[in-house]
Amino acid sequence: MSNKVVQALYNDDDVLLSAVKKVRAAHHHIEEIYTPFPVHGLDKAMGLAPTRIAIASFLYGCLGLTVAITMLNFIMIEDWPQDIGGKPSFSFLENLPAFVPVIFELTVFFAAHLMVITFYLRSKLWPFKEAENPDVRTTDDHFLMEVSLHGNEDELTALLNETGAVEVKISEKH
Amino acid sequence: MYTFSSKLRTGAFVLMILGLLAWGYGFISAPTTVEEAKAMVVDAHHGDNHGEEAAHATASHDAHAAEDHSAHDEHLLHQLQNKPWAALYVAAFFFMMIALGVLAFYAIQRAAQAGWSPLLFRVMEGITAYLLPGAAIVFVILVLSGMHLNHLFIWMDSEVVAHDELIQGKTGFLNVPFFLIRALIYIAGWVAYRHFSRKFSIAQDTAEDDSYFKKNFRISAGFLVFFLVSESMMSWDWIMSVDPHWFSTLFGWYVFASMFVSGITVIALITIYLKSKGYLEQVNDSHLHDLAKFMFAISIFWTYLWFSQFMLIWYSNIPEEVTYFVTRLEDYKLPFLGMLVMNFVFPLLVLMNSDYKRVNWFVVMAGIVILLGHYIDIYVMIMPATVGDQWYIGIAEIGAVLFFLGLFIYVVFTALTKAPLTPKRNPFIEESKHFHY
Repeated sequence: MSNKVVQALYNDDDVLLSAVKKVRAAHHHIEEIYTPFPVHGLDKAMGLAPTRIAIASFLYGCLGLTVAITMLNFIMIEDWPQDIGGKPSFSFLENLPAFVPVIFELTVFFAAHLMVITFYLRSKLWPFKEAENPDVRTTDDHFLMEVSLHGNEDELTALLNETGAVEVKISEKH
Repeated sequence: MYTFSSKLRTGAFVLMILGLLAWGYGFISAPTTVEEAKAMVVDAHHGDNHGEEAAHATASHDAHAAEDHSAHDEHLLHQLQNKPWAALYVAAFFFMMIALGVLAFYAIQRAAQAGWSPLLFRVMEGITAYLLPGAAIVFVILVLSGMHLNHLFIWMDSEVVAHDELIQGKTGFLNVPFFLIRALIYIAGWVAYRHFSRKFSIAQDTAEDDSYFKKNFRISAGFLVFFLVSESMMSWDWIMSVDPHWFSTLFGWYVFASMFVSGITVIALITIYLKSKGYLEQVNDSHLHDLAKFMFAISIFWTYLWFSQFMLIWYSNIPEEVTYFVTRLEDYKLPFLGMLVMNFVFPLLVLMNSDYKRVNWFVVMAGIVILLGHYIDIYVMIMPATVGDQWYIGIAEIGAVLFFLGLFIYVVFTALTKAPLTPKRNPFIEESKHFHY
């Protein structure tokens, strides 16, 4: 059996959302949805698991905090505790206020940048990546739902047409 | 309509009476003579200092040392006499500032035409009902200070000013009549806005058009301008002037952040309480989530201002400014650093998670810690200048807090019974009812 998918095109996000609910109610598996802009509530309607990127970011922030504290403690207190303008370099805590701006910035730096890189890795985005767009109109004004085809082709096409699709086509899975 | 449950009403009265008795006890047991003051301090130290003091007395018999000694004793007496007054003032200011913080938040919601908060307007209006009695009590304490019944503000003591050129240079601003007139202007401005905004808000319920809503928008915008100026000056007058030698430019903002976060926390707590009692049915966990987000964000904002003030002074270490923090770090180490944990670290970790911000008991727990932390914040602003190293959180302090807590509950929940809890005909009320985040 060949690997076929049905692609249904919509031109309105509200129609798309109700179509998603109908298709899921009929127990068809939605492979992917392509939209020109974020559709509020689409992930909930599709039943996608919530993202964990905020948790990753928190952990990266903790890493940045540790790096900053270790670095400043080593350089300013342990390695060469000079008297610079009378600031107390006897212990880390004594000179802590002077380090806080650096600690804060490094925490934010790690949390932000590593989170962005994680996002790129997880969504497989990089500069010379080939675009995976099944239909160029989906970047402009059309919404495309891709449903995997198992069994009756006509039945699924009829269902998708019923949900308000402006166009339904069957294509080989890339 | 909300009905004030008799249990809560009785609770409020019990708090007021207990608080008043406890504070009265603290007031009566304050020393009236130097001998009593010395005896109290010696008792408190369990006689540890006896030997030392005796040695000191025999070693320095010249007249000069004796003079120093009596000046020291006089100072001690003033600190101990100030204790119940300062306890009363801190608690009175703390609860007044909650109402004022809520009023500022309310005006911002109106001026920003926020779509999520109109359901909570009546809760906020209920809390700001405390502003008039609360500010009046603070004003009475200021008048009593001006009548020299206590030594909270040393610049009011003409004998101190006579020997103090720094304060003499400030008498153009720091003199009792001008001080009280300014206080009246601030209070009148705040209370007037609160009165008219509430009036327009209720009138809008039965109005034919949105004209009251528009009026409320305009006076809210105007009030915010007045508020920022008056709040800043109020913080110089009512708080910074207990240390008349010290000054800090961002102090007004710092006090504002403290009152703003306390106010938002109280809105959240009272909303949760009313919802748990079955009022405010249309308030959902997204409203709570928004309030908790504000608690989280403004806690961090407060910390930012606290740190900016502390670090700039610590870093440059100019003697005339740094004494402020030296006394706090020497005599108030635990409350001064402890409030950082309560006002920053705890809400940061507890309220960071989006799911936790929707859980009632999480928000209540964080809210109680934030409120206690900001009480300590005000405490550490006032006490070092008024009672110095003689501080402790004893009967007078707890009594004053309980009294004002009872009064606050009584006034706020009485005001909540006066109008329906859900505004009608507010242009944003439908959006607010369906608010979802």
